[in-house]
Amino acid sequence: MSTDHLDGNAAAGALREIFTTDLTAATGTCASCGNVATVAQAVLYTNAPGLVGRCPGCEAVLFRLVRGPGRAWLDLRGVTCLEFALPDPS
Amino acid sequence: MATVSRGFFGRRRSGDPDLPPGQYLVTDFPVLSAGPTPRLRTEDWEFTITTETGEKHAWDWAALMALPAQTPTVDLHCVTKWSKLGTSWRGVSLDTLFEDVESAAEYALVHSYGGYTTNLPLQDLLDGQAWIAYEFEGEPLEPEHGGPARLLVPHLYLWKSAKWVRGIQLLHDDEPGFWETAGYHNYGDPWREQRYWGD
Repeated sequence: MSTDHLDGNAAAGALREIFTTDLTAATGTCASCGNVATVAQAVLYTNAPGLVGRCPGCEAVLFRLVRGPGRAWLDLRGVTCLEFALPDPS
Repeated sequence: MATVSRGFFGRRRSGDPDLPPGQYLVTDFPVLSAGPTPRLRTEDWEFTITTETGEKHAWDWAALMALPAQTPTVDLHCVTKWSKLGTSWRGVSLDTLFEDVESAAEYALVHSYGGYTTNLPLQDLLDGQAWIAYEFEGEPLEPEHGGPARLLVPHLYLWKSAKWVRGIQLLHDDEPGFWETAGYHNYGDPWREQRYWGD
């Protein structure tokens, strides 16, 4: 078995740290136009089968969040990178 | 998310054979939209069918109006659980639009003005099951409901009936659309309650 990678469980600590923070405060870059804004500044459509966040600059879709019974799906392909403010590890 | 109170509207008509499982009746016509409403002038409107070989068939508004129209009365079932029964439409059957289209493709990806997409098997668009609809209850279709023209595929959940339709792309391989890539069922049969992945 290859030893040059780990399975996703090794990311659990890092992901849990990110997703317990307030995602709306994170700063994202629009994959379509490069506009930089916080998630809170997205143009959000809620009268839909899910939440649709669009770029305040170009209206491209940044993210889609679908909530089903016992499950949720988050598609972030419209964001090239999210920046989070985090305290340094102690 | 829909803000309609299920407590008021949510009672299933006892034994109603027209109401799929998990659905409740509405008498209004809720507007759901994943983005800004395109304001399209009919003189700028175009609809295309593009085959898997790249052959393109196009209709402008006048060409669509020149085709024989049908007036289907159908039930609508939204995946957010409301159903609206007995809605009347006017539009052109996809059978008419596909008359001169030669294709061996099995799948269709529907594109809308504004960027929305949805996918379905080509056979679900044929045999009297789907229309390009431009009138609702005797009036021109309003932009909020997909006007000037929308796809109408009432045997599937309503997200498949793409508003502001601009074209159908025929494909050998299925390509999931806007909601189908984000948790919603690839096919979406309301009678089998195919709402989410794995249903």
